[in-house]
Amino acid sequence: MVSPNSPETPGGAASPAGPARSIQDVVIRLAGNSQDGIQSIGGFLARLAGRSDQDIMTYMTIPSTISGGPSIFQVRMGTGDILSAGDRADMLVAFYQHSYDAHISSLRPGGVLVYDSDHVKPAEGDNRFTHVPIPITTGTVEAVGGTSKDKGKNIFVLGLIARIFDLDVAKLAALIKERFGGKDESIVRNSMLAFDAGYAWPQNNLRDLFFRFEAVDRIAGSTGRPQVTMDGNQALAYGLIAAGVRHGAGYPITPWSSIMETLRAEFPKYGGLFVQCEDEIAAVSTALGFSYTGQLAVTGSAGPGLSLKMEALGWATMSEMPLLVINVQRGGPSTGMPTNVEQSDLMQAIYGSHGDTPRVVLAPKNVEDCFYIAFEAARIAREYSTPVLILTDMALASRIEAFDEPDLPTLMVDPKPDRSERGADFKPYPLDKITRHAPPGAKIATGKYPTVTGLEHDEMGHPTGSPKLHTQMTAKRREKIKALAASLPAPELAGDSAGEVLLVTWGSTWGPGREALNRIKSAGVTAAHLHLRHIHPLPNGLENIFTLFHRIVVIEINDEGLYGFGQLAMMLRARYANPAIVSVTKTDGLTFKVSEIVTGVDKHIVSATLKASLGAASHSALAKL
Amino acid sequence: MSATALATPPPPAGAPLTKKILTADHPTWCPGCGDFAVLHAFYRVLEKLQYPHEKIVTFAGIGCSSRFPYFVNTHGGHYIHGRALPFAAGISLGGDDLHVFVFGGDGDGFSIGGNHLVHTARKNVRLTYVIMDNSVYGLTKKQTSPTSPIGFKTKTDPTGAIDQPINPMRTLLNTGATFVARSHATQVNHMIEMILRAAKHDGFSVVEILSECVEFYEGAFDSSIPRKGGTWTLVDEKKNDGTPEDAARHDTSDEVAAFKLAQQAWPGAFGVFFENKARKTKNALEAELVVAAKAKTKNASDLALLQATLARMR
Ligand SMILES: Cc1ncc(C[n+]2csc(CCOP(=O)(O)OP(=O)(O)O)c2C)c(N)n1
Ligand code: SF4
Ligand SMILES: [Mg+2]
Repeated sequence: MVSPNSPETPGGAASPAGPARSIQDVVIRLAGNSQDGIQSIGGFLARLAGRSDQDIMTYMTIPSTISGGPSIFQVRMGTGDILSAGDRADMLVAFYQHSYDAHISSLRPGGVLVYDSDHVKPAEGDNRFTHVPIPITTGTVEAVGGTSKDKGKNIFVLGLIARIFDLDVAKLAALIKERFGGKDESIVRNSMLAFDAGYAWPQNNLRDLFFRFEAVDRIAGSTGRPQVTMDGNQALAYGLIAAGVRHGAGYPITPWSSIMETLRAEFPKYGGLFVQCEDEIAAVSTALGFSYTGQLAVTGSAGPGLSLKMEALGWATMSEMPLLVINVQRGGPSTGMPTNVEQSDLMQAIYGSHGDTPRVVLAPKNVEDCFYIAFEAARIAREYSTPVLILTDMALASRIEAFDEPDLPTLMVDPKPDRSERGADFKPYPLDKITRHAPPGAKIATGKYPTVTGLEHDEMGHPTGSPKLHTQMTAKRREKIKALAASLPAPELAGDSAGEVLLVTWGSTWGPGREALNRIKSAGVTAAHLHLRHIHPLPNGLENIFTLFHRIVVIEINDEGLYGFGQLAMMLRARYANPAIVSVTKTDGLTFKVSEIVTGVDKHIVSATLKASLGAASHSALAKL
Repeated sequence: MSATALATPPPPAGAPLTKKILTADHPTWCPGCGDFAVLHAFYRVLEKLQYPHEKIVTFAGIGCSSRFPYFVNTHGGHYIHGRALPFAAGISLGGDDLHVFVFGGDGDGFSIGGNHLVHTARKNVRLTYVIMDNSVYGLTKKQTSPTSPIGFKTKTDPTGAIDQPINPMRTLLNTGATFVARSHATQVNHMIEMILRAAKHDGFSVVEILSECVEFYEGAFDSSIPRKGGTWTLVDEKKNDGTPEDAARHDTSDEVAAFKLAQQAWPGAFGVFFENKARKTKNALEAELVVAAKAKTKNASDLALLQATLARMR
């Protein structure tokens, strides 16, 4: 069972090695109800992978109903780099009939259907899949017994998966004990009973399914540090702490809430605090108040809440107050698709305010980058005395990945505010320098204390209606962001250094974009992939890179809009006036499948005059993927 | 303005804070505006308090009254309309040794900022809030405000206001503010006393000051100005002197009595309506959370703490 998701092995059967067949990676989709704890199966597998040398990326959907209701979790694990959640499942575990009905189409032909024979009746005569009926419910009840009913089905299935994929049982048992250790003794015992029952399920009933992941050396570039496993929101929260942020304020909204929950619990341990405010306007205001005291603060929300923060963000630009603003994007507008993913807040993040407000907008590419982007955002906010927005999304927020533990001793930032006395030359808004505010508590040698203000002002912060000063101060606020832009090197190009297609991604489309590159190249098309982490201002030198490709295909999860271009594509076209920039977008609320990107790119190659220059061969090669 | 301001030499270190030192830009208010007197009272309050100069913060939203921070030479800021309180909460909670004063108008505080007033007050964030109520929108040139009386003609109610105005004192008491007082811009000594007591209160303290807009609502508060034929009635606070008269006096710790004062017919009484000295500030409660968290982690360094957290995620 070679995964169709492995870019290097796009088809064909693996050779059996002994009783276990060797595979590179596998995509398992677990479909049940949210109360069945299927998310925790994913959590265990993720942590196991973190403690092994397997890479993992998980994918999950949270039901839009609050309790109960259908829920799925898709986990892709294997050896080597895992870049996307996988287009189609190699194995589907269906807990209920509705799980089967809704998800059988996600299973690839030749894949394995494991189903709870107590609840599921698969379509008769469907021989596209290997059917493995297992009475998961009665198996669990018999194993655990007592009053726990079918609680533990998830752990039973974990045992099954451990058996089928030859996972490290000792490590898994240790993880189960760690997870439930703090609780009632009987919980650990029952969990282990369920696990053992699943693991010991007679092999002939498993239709001899038995796989082993190929052994690989640790991935190149690995640090040798142990791996940690977490979701994107956790990575961002801990990244902020490491980056020296100790203050913040917010208002709950999915999928941002878990960041503020983490920070509310964690900040006091570090001597700080996070305030739950009455609304998002109060939250951004309180955070700005913290920043004003010389302690860079964070606020955050999802799209609707970011809209509420806009007036205050205009003030932050005008008063030149540093601030971190996290926006965990979800489907919009309005309440939209609150538990789905979209990248449709880009324009809002960059331009969504009144007046001329040059903004800094960054986006992390994966869970690990959620941790490191906090450093870059904090660095820029402090150095340029400006608000910085971080655009993450629902997919990153809820996805668990394993990555090398950050090197904290070299990374940790000490967040002390600078209350030292400011000299006689202190000006809050010097025209020839970047603003460095004097926080309250700092003496001012001249005895003239500064006012931070949203009114246009002179160098001392006094209000002014002077046309000349408004022009000069607008330029001051613009030029510092341009100085930042000038310091940003062009992102690295993956793939060919010039050629037919350049894929451009931002945010969480990085992984599927990179995987799509591999597939496109394997079809014989010269192609490269460029990922933007700094979205506004754009890094240096993109125009030179763009001229090296016939088509620049920007891939993003948002609508093509009135003019046929996604939000980043629109901005890149405006910025570089390059007609080769085209768009691949979608609005189904799901992350990009690699095949969707390949198909989208293919369309652009067909439709353009490029068709002639490329020749039919490369086009049809791409179409076959 | 700025050039002349810079010409004055800095005061010698350690010199007492005087009105002269505290004076900044010349106020842009209309001559005769009630806000001048509030500014004057505030200088006097700061002279009495003698806080370290660098630890005083004067903050405001938007409105005529909200220009206040430009006229006071302390650290300070001019924020957006109605949102000064949550910003000031960040200042107070982020710098517990700072003395935070917020100034604003009736529209800023009771209309656009009404929700923030409620929540900053109920959380008992330590700061002092002075509302300069002129019962009109001054800066935007005479629109109806939430305290405009029915019948008052404005540009948005040319035939006279028709909506029930709020009762500021009842509203303030309802927020859960732990110090609520009322004063009048024509009574400078009374303002000084009220703002001083508010500043010394350990918690969220608010003083509502009737401050006439001579430009757009002349004579609004004449009924409480004796020289214009009005009545000036002070809250008769309990002296706890054991005399029989004292029983009838106002107990500032009695919330129900405070509501009764707020229900009096216009122009009502001036003074401290309510004071709760027992409730902990959010500043103190948050500090307790830090102490408890640090005790639990045995004062581990930030690095050790985060390393331990990540180690649990292996
Ligand atoms: C978001 C926003 N809406 C509206 C305004 C316009 N505005 C400025 S001040 C003000 C009302 C001021 O009234 P008040 O707070 O009573 O202050 P006053 O001028 O009377 O002292 C309004 C509506 C604004 N600045 N910002
Ligand atoms: S318009 Fe009214 S409130 Fe504003 S400065 Fe003039 S008198 Fe004062
Ligand atoms: Mg007013």
